[in-house]
Amino acid sequence: MERRHLWLIGLAAVPVAVLAVFFVLPVTGMVRRGFVVDGSLDAGTVVRVLGRAEIHRAIWFTVWTSVVATAASVLLGLPAAYVLHRLVFPLQRVVRAALLVPFVLPTVVVGVAFRELLGEGGPLGGLGLDGTPAAILAGLVFFNVAVVIRSVGAAWEGLDARPAEAAAALGARPWTVFRTVTLPALRPSIVSAGSVVFLFCATAFGVVLTLGGLRYNSVETEIYKLTTVLLDLPGAAALSILQLLVVVALLTVAGRLRRVGDPTQRRTPARPRRPRRADLPQLTVTVVLLALVAAPIVTLLIGSLRVDGRWSLGNYRALQTPGSQDTLAVPATSALTSSLEIAVLATALSLVLGLLVAVVVTGRSRGRGERRLRAVLDGLFMLPLGVSAVTLGFGLFITLDQPPVDFRDSPWLVPVAQALVALPLVVRTLVPVLAGIDDRQRQAAASLGAGPLRTAITVDVPVVWKPLLAAAGFAFAASLGEFGATSFLYRSDHPTLPVVIYRLIGHPGAMNYGMALAGSCVLAAATALVMLLVERLRVPSLGAF
Amino acid sequence: MLSLKDVTIAYDGRPAVRDVTLDLADGQVLALLGPSGSGKSTLLRAVAGLEPAVGTISWDGRSLAGVPTHKRGFALMFQDGQLFDHLTVAANVGYSLRLRRVGRRERAARVDELLELVGLGGYADRLPGTLSGGERQRVALARALAVDPRLLLLDEPLSALDAGLRERLAGDLRRILTEAGTTALMVTHDQEEAFAVADRLAVLHEGRVVQEGDLAQVWQHPADAWTALFLGYARVLEGAGAAAVLEAAGLPVPERPAVAVRRSALVADERGPLRGTVVSARATPDQVRLVVDVDGVGEVDAVSAAHAPGPGESVRLRVEPSRTAVPGLA
Repeated sequence: MERRHLWLIGLAAVPVAVLAVFFVLPVTGMVRRGFVVDGSLDAGTVVRVLGRAEIHRAIWFTVWTSVVATAASVLLGLPAAYVLHRLVFPLQRVVRAALLVPFVLPTVVVGVAFRELLGEGGPLGGLGLDGTPAAILAGLVFFNVAVVIRSVGAAWEGLDARPAEAAAALGARPWTVFRTVTLPALRPSIVSAGSVVFLFCATAFGVVLTLGGLRYNSVETEIYKLTTVLLDLPGAAALSILQLLVVVALLTVAGRLRRVGDPTQRRTPARPRRPRRADLPQLTVTVVLLALVAAPIVTLLIGSLRVDGRWSLGNYRALQTPGSQDTLAVPATSALTSSLEIAVLATALSLVLGLLVAVVVTGRSRGRGERRLRAVLDGLFMLPLGVSAVTLGFGLFITLDQPPVDFRDSPWLVPVAQALVALPLVVRTLVPVLAGIDDRQRQAAASLGAGPLRTAITVDVPVVWKPLLAAAGFAFAASLGEFGATSFLYRSDHPTLPVVIYRLIGHPGAMNYGMALAGSCVLAAATALVMLLVERLRVPSLGAF
Repeated sequence: MLSLKDVTIAYDGRPAVRDVTLDLADGQVLALLGPSGSGKSTLLRAVAGLEPAVGTISWDGRSLAGVPTHKRGFALMFQDGQLFDHLTVAANVGYSLRLRRVGRRERAARVDELLELVGLGGYADRLPGTLSGGERQRVALARALAVDPRLLLLDEPLSALDAGLRERLAGDLRRILTEAGTTALMVTHDQEEAFAVADRLAVLHEGRVVQEGDLAQVWQHPADAWTALFLGYARVLEGAGAAAVLEAAGLPVPERPAVAVRRSALVADERGPLRGTVVSARATPDQVRLVVDVDGVGEVDAVSAAHAPGPGESVRLRVEPSRTAVPGLA
């Protein structure tokens, strides 16, 4: 065994162990519980479950909504990616940050905002979209268009300008240049972003749960219903497995297409330029998109400021109470405090683990076997992105309740689960950055007499500290809004704010609903603030897949 | 003194360098010359400690196995410089001095001295991004020399530059290395560069050293036909053709004759012993380049002063012995 292999194994050991205990164990535990009936393996259940009519409906619903929402996200996201990453205009950073906010906005908040917008008495209530698939689609697009803008925008920004110039010099008109040169160059990032968006749509939980109500079920909400309401574990397990297979397939596709530009090649990306008249269509789409993103949030804000038909801060003041008829065990403000504490812990954990993973994954490989091993590790840590948060949450709930791993009452369980959910975001932000460093820079430092630590300080740290900080903000915002896994794992005396909001909208009473709106605004403001700060760091790989 | 003994380096089980044995005495510059894919860069990286190698690489008789790159005291200069773009020229050059905690004043003095040496006095506060390719390479050289390396490793140091600059910098590199008395191992695919900078030459072909020796020695006696062609000889003749050329040059003809000829080995001359027909003629600023079908030899290159015969005309040629070489037989 060579020393470098020991290094590799040592670095990878911690994240792999964490993933094994807190992810693989719960997910397999959940799946096993569905398969093993009376101590013997019964694979027939899967077949039986997948034959049920309501399951078919859920699968079909998931597939078509995801396909439509993905297509819409890509079509709306492409022009916006162009406007936000190839042009320059005043307030561009703010617009970029604003369009990234929905992605980290708690799904529960998105649900509440859309109901406020589309529901009875809402500004768009007359359209009668409340509780229809259209509302769910709008919610999914709202949530995911940022992924397309980020991924494609980052690729577009770094595109070598020379091929397009060469095509133009050969007489191609701008549209022909786009179709024959630019689009093919962007295709990997579009397909990769599209498959990740599809993944997010297909496993969306909070949005479908709050907007779909009882009428529409996706695979994810069906799993939730089967586990918590009907206690049909085999059914839930069967669906989880199906989901897992689709997720792995999609992640493989996305991973194949995700390439980091060769750091040894110097490219000359085009400078962003001022908008021209020819950019009008793309600018229009961007403005429309901005309006679509702003509408639910503005409605939410207005709703939170109105009590009994008058302007008031009453809903915000009510956050200091546990709601009417003591709906909550603790005041909403203390839920906010727990949310912040948990998010800090989760961020720290996901940063440490993510950094280790990124270092291991981007290390220089000798030989094909090692390269493949690193690729597998890379894919493995993407899994929490797509695996049902419900499966993860419930799996953690049922597997970590006996020694040697009795974590159920541990204050660490929620932060760990949230860290796992945020981990892929951290890894995806850091990997392109580390992989973008020409390894010969490190070799140059070493040949000048710098040890490994010195080399890292000279070569890696100057490049990585900003993305690391940005990843921290991103992870923080994501765990602040995490709902799926947390809803299973929170300790009743320490609920997080999203959990509290969901509970408030589930219980009748104008005061409760008003509190839910106010709480959603607080949460949205917190995540938006974090994202705005993060955007100032100008890290292109942030939010790109 | 650097010694390599039976060094083999493999990628995915496929050897890139096989059984290389070489010695490099202190103060000498050895060029590893080979086409791309010959394993020369891999060998250099193994010496730097960046590739694991089978066999022994030792310095002054002590094996370097297990000694990490940063403790070898071998500075490595890359083809494209690999300057640290966020550090100024002075900070780049003074990088290794800071590592060794050289005092600020002493460091600044040494940096200035090195920048002077590479002809970049006054560039200390510039950022690498603002430099031209040639300037970047000079900074990279100064940075490597600042280590006071026991051995300087140069990986295609001039290849990224354009022709005119390359020639000028090659001369400078030679001067700087000899003035500093630096022991250096240079990898290159360009024989002109090797001849301009090095004292000794090792020719690599498919991972093996096919020839090693002083410049003149390698030049005059290429190990085989492949080496002769790689070193820039225009053609290698064998058999009767070779015998005819050797005889015309007044050289002894061995039992299995072979001769490598430069483009300028055959010169048009009315009193020349060889006779042929001009196939093509092309004027260059210095001379006219001919391709001649020589009786009993075949097509060869030749040169002529002004008033060259045109295609189809007959011509007589003499042979310049100093522009031929007798390659070893494979």
